Amino acid sequence: MERKTVFPQRLLPYLLLAPQLLITAVFFFWPAAQAVWFSFLRQDAFGIRTSFVGLENFTELLADPTYHEALRNTAVFATAVSLLSLGLGLLFAVLADRRIRGAGLYRTLLIWPYAVAPAVAAVLWIFLFHPQVGLIGRWLNGVGLGWDYKLNGGQAMLVVILAAAWKQVAYNMIFFLAGLQSIPPSVLEAAAIDGARPWQRFWTITFPLLSPTTFFLIVVNLVYACFDTFGVIDALTKGGPAKATETLIYRAYVDGRVNLDLGMSSAQSVVLMVVVILLTMVQFRYVERRVHY
Amino acid sequence: MQRRSLLAGSAALGLAAPGLARAQARTEIQLWHAMTGALGETIGEEVKRFNESQGRTTVVPSFKGGYVDTMTGAIAAWRAGSPPHIVQVFEVGTATMMAAGPAIKPVHTLLGEAGITLDPKRYLAGVRGYYSDTQGRLISMPFNSSSAVMWLNLDAFEKAGLSTTALPKTWREVRAAAEKIKATGAAPAAVTTAWPTWVLFEQMAAIHDIPFATKANGFEGMDCELQLTQPFFQKQMDFVLGLQKDGLFKYGGRDNAAEGLFPAGEAAIGFNSSAGRARVAREAKFKWASVPLPYHDDVIASPKNGVIGGASLWPLSAKNRPVEEYRGVAEFFRFLSEPALDQWWHQQTGYVPLTLAAYEKSKAEGYYTQNPGADAAIIQLSRAEPTPNSMGFRLGGFVEIRNIIQEELEKALQGQQTGAQALENANRRGNVVLRNFERANKG
Repeated sequence: MERKTVFPQRLLPYLLLAPQLLITAVFFFWPAAQAVWFSFLRQDAFGIRTSFVGLENFTELLADPTYHEALRNTAVFATAVSLLSLGLGLLFAVLADRRIRGAGLYRTLLIWPYAVAPAVAAVLWIFLFHPQVGLIGRWLNGVGLGWDYKLNGGQAMLVVILAAAWKQVAYNMIFFLAGLQSIPPSVLEAAAIDGARPWQRFWTITFPLLSPTTFFLIVVNLVYACFDTFGVIDALTKGGPAKATETLIYRAYVDGRVNLDLGMSSAQSVVLMVVVILLTMVQFRYVERRVHY
Repeated sequence: MQRRSLLAGSAALGLAAPGLARAQARTEIQLWHAMTGALGETIGEEVKRFNESQGRTTVVPSFKGGYVDTMTGAIAAWRAGSPPHIVQVFEVGTATMMAAGPAIKPVHTLLGEAGITLDPKRYLAGVRGYYSDTQGRLISMPFNSSSAVMWLNLDAFEKAGLSTTALPKTWREVRAAAEKIKATGAAPAAVTTAWPTWVLFEQMAAIHDIPFATKANGFEGMDCELQLTQPFFQKQMDFVLGLQKDGLFKYGGRDNAAEGLFPAGEAAIGFNSSAGRARVAREAKFKWASVPLPYHDDVIASPKNGVIGGASLWPLSAKNRPVEEYRGVAEFFRFLSEPALDQWWHQQTGYVPLTLAAYEKSKAEGYYTQNPGADAAIIQLSRAEPTPNSMGFRLGGFVEIRNIIQEELEKALQGQQTGAQALENANRRGNVVLRNFERANKG
């Protein structure tokens, strides 16, 4: 039986919803609408001279080879960050789920990185990987590996992927851990009695039963990698060397805030908006069908 | 004092009758700046001195983040209709600010309306040129200026068997010294530079009297074009790539990322802003010297002046901004132009003195004999009358152009493209930026 609350008049529910709707409108819809409008304009930094240019910003953007490069970088970066942080998160969750002495302490320690601000996290990674002052960086150079992420695009990408993934591992671990703990032990015990080995039990029982969590985390991680990694990239590489670590969101920042080209930056934001909408639609339409709830 | 500012605050909020409150209150002037740490404190001290020196105006300094944040913040505030009275803008933002017609109030107009005369000639040539229009009138107020200089680790020089008195003056000598440093292992790396584009291309164009862009580097019009494919830049690019190929040059990253390498002893020869002096003095555990930038003696016999870096103060306009607020800004600027204050600022911060008088006075008092090399940037800025090629740069979207050059340089240093390709790409992409800026600021 379904329980329903029925309001006697129409006004009250809207009144109760109003604060949230207002916040959404002011902080989400209004800026988004403005970005769409600005993407059709060309203006100087101060907005003194504004002219309507139609789709010119978009055609210029899509014809720009450096934008294609940013698109490729984003794909590589987001895939690598998601895979790495999901994989490690799952591994740590499985390990932390075992009954060992001081499990609570381990779990708390594993959750810490999530609370570290991106810029601070990046500084920690600089201390590790800086070719001249970093602990690991010096060692790599010492053994003759020619480590220099300030000039080597591939190495720079590796560093930002590691830093961005590291930050997200804790978050993934919490959710996986919760997911693991909601799996009824009786199912696993039954399988064990039937003679299934731990590895088999994991792949045939635990992993499928975790799929709602995994699905949710894939969405969250992709969105994180695409939009929330600005701080890490800015502090570590600033998109360099030679644009090797410039993702779509970082480029939108550079064009809008550093280069003061609002039209171009808005056009990129609109493209990003479309990409996210498509990505979410695809995920919910096709991936979700394979998820066991 | 506190009650007065409360009154001023309520007047601003429109809670009290504005006329009545204003008559008693001091005019408040908002100053947005980008100076952290010790430099921020020095600004605070400067402002305090001004506020105590007179009874009509109170300047309120606020730190708004880095140069980019401060500039974007001020622009956003102007768009929203409540800009600060004064904003500190870095030198690469100059063209954007100059193109902002109604948003700014040129310094010469501002001072003229307040009945204050300020002879631009009191400023060093390199400083004056950068912030003046083609008629030589000051548009923004010179504030913190530096130039790029060469820093030498004299201990490493000695170890490499190099003279510590006859220091390199030309790129040829720099290369020779670098080769010896590498051969003797006197330092982990021989040469490095902070601000790669500024040092290796912008400064070099000025010093060698080579146009960086047409139309006098953009001073004579927004329809200028970059000249990076000219033979001089090819020569300079080949020289840098050659250094790197032979293991003599260590690329330390964009902007100021490499400035720590020299004081840490990681590189024996470092190029950086003269404003890095305080850091070198504090951190370097070796004998060092700072000298003017090297030049190619087969291109020019006596090098021209270098260009400045740093920032200037821009008075912003706003709708309904009362006359007395502009007057307050003008009085503050007059205060800043006093040579005594300038001299104090110069010695306190390591920025170059802006006025000739402050330089002469520092010299007469023996400041440069006690702090040898502190005048390297000043000598470099004032050793020649600026030519159209060494006056400075007025390129729209210069922040972006600088980054483009850095990106293409990085690609060349990685071996992904030749020096010629790097310059060609930088030139092409930079010109797109210039054309976009021209289109956006037309009419």
